[in-house]
Amino acid sequence: MTKANSSNAPGGEAIIDVSGLSVDIAVPAGALHAVNDVSFSVGPAETLSLVGESGCGKTITSLAIMRLLPRAAKLTANHIRFDGQDLSRLNEREMTRLRGNRMGMIFQDPMTSLNPVYRIGDQLEEVYMRHRGASRKEARERAVFLLEKVGIINPGQRLTQYPHQLSGGLRQRMMIAMMLMCEPKLLIADEPTTALDVTVQVQILQLLRSLQKEFRMALILITHNLGVVARMADKVAIMYAGRVVEQGSVEDVFDRPTHPYTRGLLHCIPRHGLTAGHDRLGSIPGIVPSLVGNISGCSFRNRCSFVHDACGTGDVPLRPVSDVHDYRCLLSPEKLGETQQGVAAQ
Amino acid sequence: MTLADITSAPPASMAKAADEFATLAPSPRELMRRRAKSHIGFLTGMAIILFFIILAVFAPLLAPHDPYDQNLTARLLDPVWGPKGTWAHIFGTDAFGRDILSRLMYGARLSLMIGFTAAAIAGVIGVTLGIVGGYFGGRVDAVVVYLTNVKLALPVILVALSIASISGGSIIVLILVLGLLTWDRYAVVVRSLTQQFRDQEFVLSSLAAGASHARIIFREILPNLTNQIIVVASLDMAIIILIEAALSFLGLGVRPPTPSWGLMVAEARAVMFFKPHLIMIPGAAIFLLVIAINMAGDGIRDVTSPEGRG
Repeated sequence: MTKANSSNAPGGEAIIDVSGLSVDIAVPAGALHAVNDVSFSVGPAETLSLVGESGCGKTITSLAIMRLLPRAAKLTANHIRFDGQDLSRLNEREMTRLRGNRMGMIFQDPMTSLNPVYRIGDQLEEVYMRHRGASRKEARERAVFLLEKVGIINPGQRLTQYPHQLSGGLRQRMMIAMMLMCEPKLLIADEPTTALDVTVQVQILQLLRSLQKEFRMALILITHNLGVVARMADKVAIMYAGRVVEQGSVEDVFDRPTHPYTRGLLHCIPRHGLTAGHDRLGSIPGIVPSLVGNISGCSFRNRCSFVHDACGTGDVPLRPVSDVHDYRCLLSPEKLGETQQGVAAQ
Repeated sequence: MTLADITSAPPASMAKAADEFATLAPSPRELMRRRAKSHIGFLTGMAIILFFIILAVFAPLLAPHDPYDQNLTARLLDPVWGPKGTWAHIFGTDAFGRDILSRLMYGARLSLMIGFTAAAIAGVIGVTLGIVGGYFGGRVDAVVVYLTNVKLALPVILVALSIASISGGSIIVLILVLGLLTWDRYAVVVRSLTQQFRDQEFVLSSLAAGASHARIIFREILPNLTNQIIVVASLDMAIIILIEAALSFLGLGVRPPTPSWGLMVAEARAVMFFKPHLIMIPGAAIFLLVIAINMAGDGIRDVTSPEGRG
């Protein structure tokens, strides 16, 4: 394990430390290697962003940490250390005690994340009562306190309303409040703003950021929006076809992108001032390879402009660029840097 | 967008407007009440059912005669609209001189009681199987689907007939048999609805908030199915009342002299050409109750349509 994987969080000891996480899903054609040997750690008040295109395994990774994988999926890991325990070895009952209590997760679509038949208050209070054995009155006080925290103006009235009476932004705030009821150490947000409109997105992200600092939570933010990563995250892990292809601090990865896929992604962001000759938005040619069956070699090789014979055989290890920055490619950063325009030229 | 943009607070005016909008939206119950008030089928069905329930519950007070009281001097009397009808026996008397109206009222008790309890038994069985199969999927679901298919292949009336003829027509056995034979509709409906709800994010959210599977099934999914279960239950109840009448008519359901609508039709067979009203009156009662239950069931489905639940 290189240093970028291990704990170097600003707040000291890592809250969650994932090592060698793999998830295989049984499909009719064999085993689909959805996540392959993923390792990372997140410290208190630190944000790790998992970035990648659809199907790259970022959601499966987070569900694996919550141990909420579908039954067809099989989890293996060296360890998933959280709160002094190894999550990969806990049974369902022990996980149930942790979820919503020590760790929480919010999802993409706030419109369907709340049960339509219960009042908001019932849903928030239940979590607190279940985990803390609190009375209804204590839970209500806690809920009011948290609704104020998430910026809701008249919490008392909101608690008596049903989900359909609230807007998407408000519902996502409710979800955040629900997951914070027991003050978890780890919060996973799976594309929390994708389903919201742009002005609300900004408010929700800002809210997550400030609450994270206040409660000193580790935050794993899943997104495909690199702009969000740049604003929110301390560390970033770029995933491609179930593997981390590059990870490190946000400054390092964004300033010195090393893996050809990361470069391609950064090149695909629209921006102002495109000059003549660069007037088209970048794209990465080709498609993601199938993840079913045995995979050898680099999974990005059929889309990579640096491809050579060695790419097709053997495992490509994660290699350090610097102390806090790893990438998964056979070529040296210098070699990859020589043809900086390699991707752009396509 | 810069960092400064996201750190600036949302404009208070916007939040306030959103607040006011939300408070205008009526609650789901209010929406249902509004729809129910203008649904003629629902109102009519409910009124008729209520009428029968009142007759059944207060039969001892309302019935003009004892339903078992035979009077051989007053056999086969005409109803009040017939040539020799009297107000003493509004619907006339049967071949044993028993008052038809009184027997009808006590018969309503039996029909409603059997319909309700058998539909409830079927509901418990069908909902449990359907929700467990739909939620867990895989092998559990395969067992549920298999059981449902076996059940669907059973000819209900024939099985009910044979069991009733073996055990003799006790009401308890009749209720159990009908309950055990009509759960398939619940299982099919509940299973497919559960499959839809299982993948909704609120289920995943409550799992992420530490809810157990049992809790998800009973507290998160089941309440979402209540309306549809009520609709299925009403249709099931109507069918059970019809089967009970058929079994009693065939002499394998409720035993004489207990007043049952099916039995009343059967007993009137011998004189049906001279006194057709003896068949028509209990027949009309069966028809009216069953159609009222169906109307109310359809009405419930319309009134509680999904958009009311957001």
